[in-house]
Order: sequence, then C-alpha cells, then structure tokens
Amino acid sequence: MKKTETAENEGLLVRRIKNGTVIDHIDGGEALNVVKILGITGTTQEALSIATNVPSRNMGCKDIVKLTNRELSKEEVDRIALISPRATINIIRNFKVCEKKGVEIPTIIEGIVKCPNPGCISNTNEPIQSKFNVFPKGLHCYYCDWVISKDLTSYII
Amino acid sequence: METRHLISIGDFDRAEIDNLLDYARQLDQGNYNKNFLYGKILATLFFEPSTRTRMSFESAMARLGGTSLSVGSVEACSIAKGETLADTIRVVSGYADAIVIRHPKEGAARLAAEFSTVPVINAGDGAGQHPSQTFLDLYTIRQSMPIDKIDIALIGDLRYGRTAHSLASALSLYNARLHTISPKGLELPATLEAELSDKGMEIIEHDALSEVIREVDVLYVTRIQRERFPDSSSYFNVSSSYRITPELLCGARDHLIILHPLPRVDEIDPRVDVLPYARYFEQSRNGVPVRMAMLMQVLQ
Repeated sequence: MKKTETAENEGLLVRRIKNGTVIDHIDGGEALNVVKILGITGTTQEALSIATNVPSRNMGCKDIVKLTNRELSKEEVDRIALISPRATINIIRNFKVCEKKGVEIPTIIEGIVKCPNPGCISNTNEPIQSKFNVFPKGLHCYYCDWVISKDLTSYII
Repeated sequence: METRHLISIGDFDRAEIDNLLDYARQLDQGNYNKNFLYGKILATLFFEPSTRTRMSFESAMARLGGTSLSVGSVEACSIAKGETLADTIRVVSGYADAIVIRHPKEGAARLAAEFSTVPVINAGDGAGQHPSQTFLDLYTIRQSMPIDKIDIALIGDLRYGRTAHSLASALSLYNARLHTISPKGLELPATLEAELSDKGMEIIEHDALSEVIREVDVLYVTRIQRERFPDSSSYFNVSSSYRITPELLCGARDHLIILHPLPRVDEIDPRVDVLPYARYFEQSRNGVPVRMAMLMQVLQ
C-alpha cells in the first residue's frame, strides 16, 4: 500500500484511520476552528484526532484533522474554505484514500456564522438561521447587510 | 409569476429606479386609472411610530381605489403576546394583497419577504433600509435638477439614519459626490463608506457645513436623536451646532435645495421654511405619487 503523505511526513504522529475523513493542509493553528465550523463537539460520537503545527514542506506548518467513521459531504467541507482555503479532504475507506478533493468557497452559508449586528433580525427568536452571502471582501449578512471582513472565526456559532 | 418585493434600494439598478420615478411623475400629473387597485387590500404593519410613511401609503392606496388594513398599535397585536414576526407575516399574507412593514430590527423586511405569499414593501427596518423614502428623495431632487453628478451634503446622524444610508447607496448610481457632516460617533458606517467608495463614489468628510455650503446642490438634513447621547447637555451642544439657519445658508448656490425626511425637531430653523431652498414639505407630499408607483408595480 502506498503510504499517504500524512503518514510519511508525520511518522504517524496521528494514527491512521480505517474509515472516515482526513482533512489535511489546514492552515497552521486553524484545526480547532475547522472542528468548530463542522459542528463537531465533545458530544458527537466520532473519534477525532487533531494535529496542530505539523511541519509541512509546502506550507511551513499545517494542521490535520482525522475523523473516524464519518464521511463529510461537499457542503460540509466547503465551509472550511472560509478559514482555510488550501485544505484538502481525503475520504478513507478500509485504510485507502478513495476520494481526494479541495475545498471551494461557497456562495452562501447558513447557520454557521452569527451576525455581529445586535440589531439584526437573525439574532432574535425568529425561526430562521443566519445567512450570509460570501463575497471576496467578506461575508455579507443576507438580512441586515452587515459585512464581516475579519475575525470570522470569532463569529462561528 | 414570482412575487415582487421592494426591500432595499440596492435591489434596483439605475434603469429600474429611473423607470419608477418616471412613472411616479405620470401619476403626479393625474394620468392614472383611479380604480387601478380596486378590490386590492394593503396591510400596513408598523411596529414603530410613523406618520408620513404610513399615511402616504394609505393615501396612495386610496387614490388607486384600494383599501388598507392596519393592526393599530404594537401593544394591540399578537407580537405583544410573543408571536414571531414570521408567524405574523404568514397570517397577514392571508388577509391582504400586499404588506407594508416597518420594524425596529434590521433585516425584518427581508425576513417578512421570505415568509409572505404576497408582495412586501419595506417601510424602514431599524437602522437599515427605507427604499420608499429614497425614491421620494430622488424624485424631489429630480424635480429641481438632473440627479447625475450632483454634489450633495448629508448632515446629522449618518450612523443610524437609514434614510441617509439608502439615499447614499442610490446616489452612487448617479456619480454623485457625497459630502458628510456629522457629530463624532455618528459618522457614516465604515462598511457603507467602503461599499460606496468601491462603487466609485467620492466621499468628503467636513467638520462644519460652512466649509461646503457654497459647493453643494442638495443639502440633506437628518435628525440627531437625543437617545444617542449620554445626557441632555451634550445632546443640546451637538444639535445646536448642526442647526440649519438662514445665516448659515449665506453664499449658497441659487438652485440649492434642502431636504429632510421629517419629522424635524430643532435641526432646521423655521425661518428657513420660507426660503426658496426649502423643499422638505414638498418632499413629504411626493411620498404619495412615489408610493402609488411602488404599489402599482408590486400589485399589477
């Protein structure tokens, strides 16, 4: 079996997984935000391994997240592009990489980021999720037009 | 056919704005079918106080042969019992052919449009948008001069003043030059300023109106709200320094027009009312033909 880049570079710093998803090439220090943006918390069932600030030839340092027994959908992984656009997704089945793909910045994101505007209708008890249009300069609240152009991670729900 | 909502001036391009203003002018001249909206019902949902906007929408509806329904005060409706706006809108959609809404939360009209089965017109949402006011502001400017490349001064509370935000956005389509004069802390929001600059609009900040009064074609005055200040004395200090008086208008261009969305409190000296520059009462009257045009557009 061909060794994965992860296994070679980190000398199995984090154990290989049989089935699941490996998110590689996450910008150094962003792994915890990636986990947050995917909605993975201490109460979710999957075994989760995180390696942060791993030396990388191309990136200097990178983070890696391994999630066992769960294959992330395209919609889920594209959220990661908001904070780590160089991330790559490897779907693992029986220790083999079956799919390898990059992340694409979505045009619209719902229910992931909270609008910072306290006067926004999305911050009330209305039966809606937050919704943002994604533009090159930042996230644009669909409801109140507020723009988030920096510190995106501090607004992740 | 897809339901047409009127939520933000940003949803309109230049041609659409010009078309609506042309249409309003026809209506203003009396060229319309007085039963055009016969049998149609407009629901006016005002969760904040309003005199001009609400009455001019009701007047516009009546002039076109339609009728209006309203909930009365907020205290008298189900919102006071904790009902969500989404539910209120779903219910009212069944009672009327269009909804006009004013709400203290920004984005409320956008939410209403998501849950409504009939057209929604935004009549002001918090510090956000107020597109019908913008249409009548533009209409009033166009009565006196072409809108293209005007120099306009916005004075007063530019941070929370939604009419100023909407107007500035619309004027970016007309290559207008924006002069801003506002108290510290009530400046144009940085995000809006960046958005306007990206659209190529020139924005110049001034400390006092006297710096720019000789250069502007339009002076747009907004109310400085007392609740934005920590105490009464700081409010009076600021508001008096932003008051428009006949003396301050010395040297103004002959064709200058002064607009104000009203109500005014102390921002314009009543002595200005009789000067040829004053157009704010005419501006208020223009709300009727402009809102007639908006109603006809969404209900036809």
